[in-house]
Amino acid sequence: MITSNLPALIVATPLIMSAIVALLPSGALAWVITLLTSLAVLVFAVMNTVIGDGQPVSYALGGWPPPWGIELISDGASRLMALILAGLSFASTLYAKALIELEIHPKDQARTYGAWLLTMGGLLGLVMTADAFNLFVFLEISALSAVTLVAMGAGVDRRALIAAYNYLIIGAIGATFYVIGVGFCYAVTGTLNMADLAQRLPEATAAPVFVGLAFMVTGIMVKAAAFPVHMWLPAAYGYAPSAVSSLLSAIATKAAIYVLARIFFTIFSGLPDVTDLILKWILLPLSIMAMFGGTILAIYETDLKKLLAQSSIAQIGYITLAFSVATISSISAGFIHMANHALIKGGLFMAVGAIAVSIGKRANIGSIAGLGRAMPWTSSAMLVCGLSLIGLPLTAGFISKIYLVLAVMDAGLGLITALILLSSVLSVVYLWKIIEVMWMRPYQGPAISENVMIYGPLWLVAAANIFFGIYAKPVVDLADMAARAITAHALIGGL
Amino acid sequence: MSENPVFRVTTKILFAPIIVYGLYVQFHGDFGPGGGFQAGVIIAAAFILYGLVFGMAALRRLAPPKIVAVFMAIGVLLYSGVGVANLLLGGNFLDYNTIDHHDPAHGQHIGILLVEAGVGITVTSVMMVLFFAFASYGDPKADEERP
Repeated sequence: MITSNLPALIVATPLIMSAIVALLPSGALAWVITLLTSLAVLVFAVMNTVIGDGQPVSYALGGWPPPWGIELISDGASRLMALILAGLSFASTLYAKALIELEIHPKDQARTYGAWLLTMGGLLGLVMTADAFNLFVFLEISALSAVTLVAMGAGVDRRALIAAYNYLIIGAIGATFYVIGVGFCYAVTGTLNMADLAQRLPEATAAPVFVGLAFMVTGIMVKAAAFPVHMWLPAAYGYAPSAVSSLLSAIATKAAIYVLARIFFTIFSGLPDVTDLILKWILLPLSIMAMFGGTILAIYETDLKKLLAQSSIAQIGYITLAFSVATISSISAGFIHMANHALIKGGLFMAVGAIAVSIGKRANIGSIAGLGRAMPWTSSAMLVCGLSLIGLPLTAGFISKIYLVLAVMDAGLGLITALILLSSVLSVVYLWKIIEVMWMRPYQGPAISENVMIYGPLWLVAAANIFFGIYAKPVVDLADMAARAITAHALIGGL
Repeated sequence: MSENPVFRVTTKILFAPIIVYGLYVQFHGDFGPGGGFQAGVIIAAAFILYGLVFGMAALRRLAPPKIVAVFMAIGVLLYSGVGVANLLLGGNFLDYNTIDHHDPAHGQHIGILLVEAGVGITVTSVMMVLFFAFASYGDPKADEERP
């Protein structure tokens, strides 16, 4: 029973449990159930990847066969994404307990975990669904619960409320754009199923289809925080509670980028000349601007959480760049970087959260001086994740960079390869700034005792960064399958 | 407003018919326009009208916020409970046919009835919780009693 219903269970389990968790009287109990739920989802996601012979599995929700009913799809791409989302959610949940106890009012803790599970369920639904309108529903579920989570940071810093409000309004505009685009496509094809849309769109009247594509891409770019519509992200991640920053930075934008890839390579696969135009002349230049813009802003930022958020914009630029080159190997490199960046940024935000609660104020360049000696566990894990972000050999980040550079070179884009390397070098500047202050300055302040509930999960993620840097085969293989699955409907030979 | 006899009497006359109309919309959803979303909003409107006319304290006595919050979750659990029951009965998630193997149409009927009831309960209570949240803003007593 479980094996045949895995796609539904991955999505439904967190959504159902969120209703129960939100009612629980104590935060500690809510955490235990949230942790068990995220563990169950991780087990389902692993089973979903391992079981079967790699063929796509279509799941008809309610027994209504696609294209009439809502279809969940478990193919290479959604399997990898579910695995990334479930794995990082589990690590973040493990880490969340100590921080949520410190940062959120006891009365609100259980409901925070409720919103936490809703965010997870919404994002998992986003990657599993094969229905363009159902995707919008999951987009809203994940966005509204994520806004709630960001606003919970108001207990520590009232600016979280403004950040959450901006996130809500800008996110809602993004979702509205997406649904307008779906409306245009539905009007000319009469279907909402992605594979069905892929077949019917090339035959439909051209103008509404182009408008639909433009609206859908713009809307999802807002959700993915792609340059230049990323303005909500630094504040939202900067002022959210520490545990929430690590969850959202690891999984929230990743799911949206995956949706972007689905739009280009699955839904609009029948119109390669139009998608090529958008990819090459709009997404590619914007990605390069993101790489440099995010990195340069990060260099001048002094607040650590905001610095990491700016760096996320640059990293999202690498992923969208990989997708905009649109060869199998570059799409696969995009998926590899999505997995690795989730590990890197999840870990870095965890470390900064741990520092902020230990020193009792916001972590910025001034307040972290000498912490390498005062908090050896946390600081060394942060160092590992930071080196992984730069892309040092033997870390996961190196694997991302090498596959990305090779894929872009294969596509004959030498100049862009040089730009990738240049922006990687620039990212050393902001990381070195942190490393120097943390490790090479004397520590002045009270002794800090580190909590194993905080640095344990952090080291789990840091160790994964090293593990997947040395043994990258599983990630690379899964990413290759993901790239092949997402372009399976493509009618052209080029891909 | 609670001093004005027109408002008081109108509210007392309308309260029950609004809820009955809400239930009509709820159950009519099987055959035509209607269903849990619309019904939930209509039923919540009856309570919100009561709160507007008789004050928040009276509404909190009539519908304690803590219990309303529990109903928010009960509706979701009813909906998803049907889905899980379908799984246990050997079908896909939310495949109502499994509820009655001999007469799938009957199964569909029961399934949609329960799911819409879940939607109705959740929408009613969410509307009321939203009203509680906005109407009691800045009221220290409400902050103590919040769900």
